[in-house]
Amino acid sequence: MVPRTIFVFASPKLVRGTIFLAAALALAFFPLVSGKFGVDYVTKTMVFAIFALSLELLVGQVGLVCFGQAAFFGIAAYAVVVLSPAAGPASVWWLLPAALGCAALYALVVGALSLRTRGVYFIMVTLAFSQMAYYVAHDTPLGGGTDGIYLNFAPTAGPIDLGKALPVYYVTLAALAAVFVFLAVLVRSRFGRALAGIRVNEQRMRAAGFSTYPYKLAAFTLAGAIAGMAGFLFAVKDGFVNPELLAWHMSGTVLMMVILGGIGHLHGAVIGAFAFSLLQELFMSQALFGDFSKHWHLGVGLTIILCVALLPRGIAGWRRARR
Amino acid sequence: MPGAEAILRGTGITRRWGGVIAVNDVSIELARGEVHALIGTNGAGKSTLVNVLSGEIRASAGTVELAGEDVTRWPQPRRARAGLGRSYQRSTIFPQFTVLENCRLAAQARFQWPWRVWSRASRCASSLAAAQAAADRAGLSAVLEREAGLLSHGEKRQLEIAMCLATDPRVLLLDEPLAGMGAEESERMLALLAGLREGHAILLVEHDMDAVFRIADRITVLVDGSVIASGAPAAVRDNREVQNAYLGGVH
Repeated sequence: MVPRTIFVFASPKLVRGTIFLAAALALAFFPLVSGKFGVDYVTKTMVFAIFALSLELLVGQVGLVCFGQAAFFGIAAYAVVVLSPAAGPASVWWLLPAALGCAALYALVVGALSLRTRGVYFIMVTLAFSQMAYYVAHDTPLGGGTDGIYLNFAPTAGPIDLGKALPVYYVTLAALAAVFVFLAVLVRSRFGRALAGIRVNEQRMRAAGFSTYPYKLAAFTLAGAIAGMAGFLFAVKDGFVNPELLAWHMSGTVLMMVILGGIGHLHGAVIGAFAFSLLQELFMSQALFGDFSKHWHLGVGLTIILCVALLPRGIAGWRRARR
Repeated sequence: MPGAEAILRGTGITRRWGGVIAVNDVSIELARGEVHALIGTNGAGKSTLVNVLSGEIRASAGTVELAGEDVTRWPQPRRARAGLGRSYQRSTIFPQFTVLENCRLAAQARFQWPWRVWSRASRCASSLAAAQAAADRAGLSAVLEREAGLLSHGEKRQLEIAMCLATDPRVLLLDEPLAGMGAEESERMLALLAGLREGHAILLVEHDMDAVFRIADRITVLVDGSVIASGAPAAVRDNREVQNAYLGGVH
């Protein structure tokens, strides 16, 4: 039967693979057709996509609504600047692990304490810890105060100079693809299925014999490291860090990306990051909105409220009635 | 039945909630091959006792031994891995997963290997085999691929048992497995429980007296947190105190 053959060819796996490849190729060829602004804009969006993926792991896969994700992002960004020598460029091969390590270590500490709480308390405790990191960056000599700090030399990786926009673009694209594939493999693994079980019914998982706390802590630390990866790329891209990277607005923004894209889908986080950044660009455009573009937060906010009302499962979940 | 080897033994278990004593100095033994029924009115402390035995809540006093080992201070997951399985009064299945995945996830508790992130859980042969066997035994082999939330009430209760079995327990603590079931579903569940007697020690908390007296080898009656009678069904049925306190003189 003809329809049946079509279904076989259009297996979900194949569709997903095709879309993934098409998106990766489109992003790979994008710099050929865009100017400097476009490259910078998409780099930033891809950094946020990695950041959103880190939060999706917690919110979507484990059901932990972390409201302090910016801390891990910002700590890694600050680590890049603080650990870079003043005299010359640092090597990516030690700077990246160092930045990720700082973020993961802080996530381990925050997770160890906050995972003893649940629900709204968990949200508040993670927020408190991220604000703590924010004030360290904001009010101590270590963080350079309100103005932030400049990165004197962008790190290098062999022949690749991360001080230039194009190499940063492609490194970010490669990082996004790697994080996405890694998480896609992870959620199908035993570890990922155990996290899903914890999300749906933690008590049942404990009754079956899973010590759920170490699972959640491992996921939390991993999410911190991935947020750190985004922070690393952000610092390298801009060559500049300031305390706003750790502020709660940042945690809120990335949470909105995840919600907008659709909680529970990895691709939702990526779609959410791109959608959010498009909305932002749209409402900030003076050509379109004139003076109202100063109040772009309002436009973005209202659109997101509308989206959530019309698409409660986010953009990625638009055609699914349930699940 | 004296002489049978006790796998799970609670001794002098007491649980206080502030000034209220929910369970008062209760001792109970479960032996392999035996169904031990725990009956009592609402609020008698049955569920609290089950929760103390399974490790969900700490005992205020008393000890719990599993296969001769003192597990009083073990958290629930560790007790579960040591062979203490339980089901819940309200279904606690994973409704959006398939029946097979529900069982597989439970079975995975024995083969956790969380660091093997590169291999797919759905191809984990050991947990799949255990899941399939458990689903078969609970009579769910025809609906393996169905989303668990779409099962009938009776099937959900069977799945609850299957998830328990998938972890390969030695002891089953079953909290009202017949709750809310029709006559036919109850019959099926009772046949299933009777089949589980072999190889398991079963604690059955149940309200349905006919079912209890049909299947139980031993009955313990709890009133206001204390044991007022414990023994063979016939002896418990004839116990005057039980008749007054619980059976209301019907028997």
